[in-house]
Amino acid sequence: MSPWRLAARRFARNRPALTGAVLVAALVLAALLAPLLTADPLAQPDPVRLQNQPPSAAHLLGTDPYSRDILSRTLHGARVSLVVGIGAALLAVTLGAGVGLTAGLAGRRTDQLLMRGVDVALSLPRIVLLLAVFAVWEEAPAAAVVLLIAVTGWFQTSRIVRASVLSLREADFVAAARALGTTGAGIVRRHLLPHIAAPVIVSASLDVGNIILLEAGLSYLGLGVRPPTPTWGNMIMDGKDVLFSAPWVALAPGLALVLTVVAFNLAGDGLRDALDPRAAA
Amino acid sequence: MLRFAARRLAFAVVSVAAVVFITFLLVHAAPGEPMLGTPERALASPETMARQRTLFGLDRPLPEQFLRYARNLARGELGESFVLHRPVAAVLAEAVPNTLLLGGTALVASLLLGLAIGVVQAARHHSRTDTLLSAATLVLYSVPVFWLGLVLLLVFGERLHWLPVSGMTSAGLEDRLSSLGRAVDVARHLVLPAASLALVQAAAFARFQRSALVESLDAEYIRAARAKGLTERAVLLKHALRGALAPTLTLAGLSVPYFLAGSVLVESIFGWPGLGRVAYDAIFARDYNVITATALVSGVLVAAGNLLADVAVAIADPRVRLDQ
Repeated sequence: MSPWRLAARRFARNRPALTGAVLVAALVLAALLAPLLTADPLAQPDPVRLQNQPPSAAHLLGTDPYSRDILSRTLHGARVSLVVGIGAALLAVTLGAGVGLTAGLAGRRTDQLLMRGVDVALSLPRIVLLLAVFAVWEEAPAAAVVLLIAVTGWFQTSRIVRASVLSLREADFVAAARALGTTGAGIVRRHLLPHIAAPVIVSASLDVGNIILLEAGLSYLGLGVRPPTPTWGNMIMDGKDVLFSAPWVALAPGLALVLTVVAFNLAGDGLRDALDPRAAA
Repeated sequence: MLRFAARRLAFAVVSVAAVVFITFLLVHAAPGEPMLGTPERALASPETMARQRTLFGLDRPLPEQFLRYARNLARGELGESFVLHRPVAAVLAEAVPNTLLLGGTALVASLLLGLAIGVVQAARHHSRTDTLLSAATLVLYSVPVFWLGLVLLLVFGERLHWLPVSGMTSAGLEDRLSSLGRAVDVARHLVLPAASLALVQAAAFARFQRSALVESLDAEYIRAARAKGLTERAVLLKHALRGALAPTLTLAGLSVPYFLAGSVLVESIFGWPGLGRVAYDAIFARDYNVITATALVSGVLVAAGNLLADVAVAIADPRVRLDQ
């Protein structure tokens, strides 16, 4: 049986991991179907009487300071979190894998140069740079948020990939392939990529939760994807001002964030245990 | 040891310089004007703005501005805040100690709590306690720190009235309290913001410490310790913990950026007068010199965290020799 099928079997037998995966699937579905399930998240049906209403039959999670339906905004807010979380994690590992492969395969000088650069980049205070960029870049679209979080988030992955490549490069099966006349590109595609895929997948899946929290922090400060587009971060910001009189405004998006990040972390932990049985404890 | 220290120090200087350079470039190359978002800005005429720009040298080419900034920096001058009309150094001198108090308290608290939870879990891994604590740390690890801050504020500040909700001291009480009373007052104000930062990070430390400990329980030196007849408790606390402490200390050193990011979010919730609030206000007001200086201080703190972690690891783990 192939190692991938074995990993899939281990994952399927891991109940917390499976719960996480099901939750993630449900969240993606809810985000996709949000426009069908709920009303317009920007609608302000009655700005005076419907302000900060507690949960009721008409508005299951209540309304916010602008009289908007919180359930609808929470479901729509999932879109930004999921797109940014998944998109930036994928882009970041792709960048990291690219740089790691280059550093591991290129000569000593290129390797040294790239890895010194990564060392410096890892010691930059990411949040200060992101704050500065987004404060300047008003009206940044979700794509820009994805891009900037990815560009500042691939450094750790590149180290992992480089280390794998360095150890694989000397492996017997790679030497054998080379002796049989496989070209450099063929070795990368057929022999290196399958082996570095596992750590890269694990690193990406464990990153999604952190990126979702980072995006929420930025939009809580009013940066990145800006109001009135609902994001869980800017919904919590709306709730902060009425925290004592209408706590439900900040509660719903916060709980949604916790649930989503828990789901991704459960699935990520499960992937790590399934793909690297030695790490499972 | 000395060569190692010198190399690490040189590296720290390079990374701080990179932070300053990148931040300087970002804020100056960005569209928009300085002092945007300040109340005076709306009233200022174009002539006033032009005069201000000449005064601060913002009409000069970018390389010239950067060279001048670097020259001043080498002399220890950080310039003046456009908005607060005070030397940046004075602004930072007030804010940095407050953030060090908040972040330092949170770091120590989270490290102790995380270690304790990790040790309890590893001592009986796969037990019910372990599973419960794993679930608890997973949830805490997934909570946005600013939202946790709001929840703590709502529950312990507003509903239960146990702790003050804002600021660092009780206004008007400073003069009437003894120095001990003042310390207690600050400590009471510190609890909620420090707990917000510490709880989330403690969960991260605990998750890490547990897996490092469980893994090290299989190591050969642990089998040797068991073989010589030590109790399981002594094996865990004397041998396994020492070996597994190193990665956690490294993580603690690397967690400085987390505490800096957290301070930007949490200080504004609790009105804590620290670096995070200064950075936040400066970014929205386009207060160039303050933004660059906060990035500089952040870079120094991050580098110091990495350096301290290396030293702590060398002390905690006898297998590490720094000069190799």
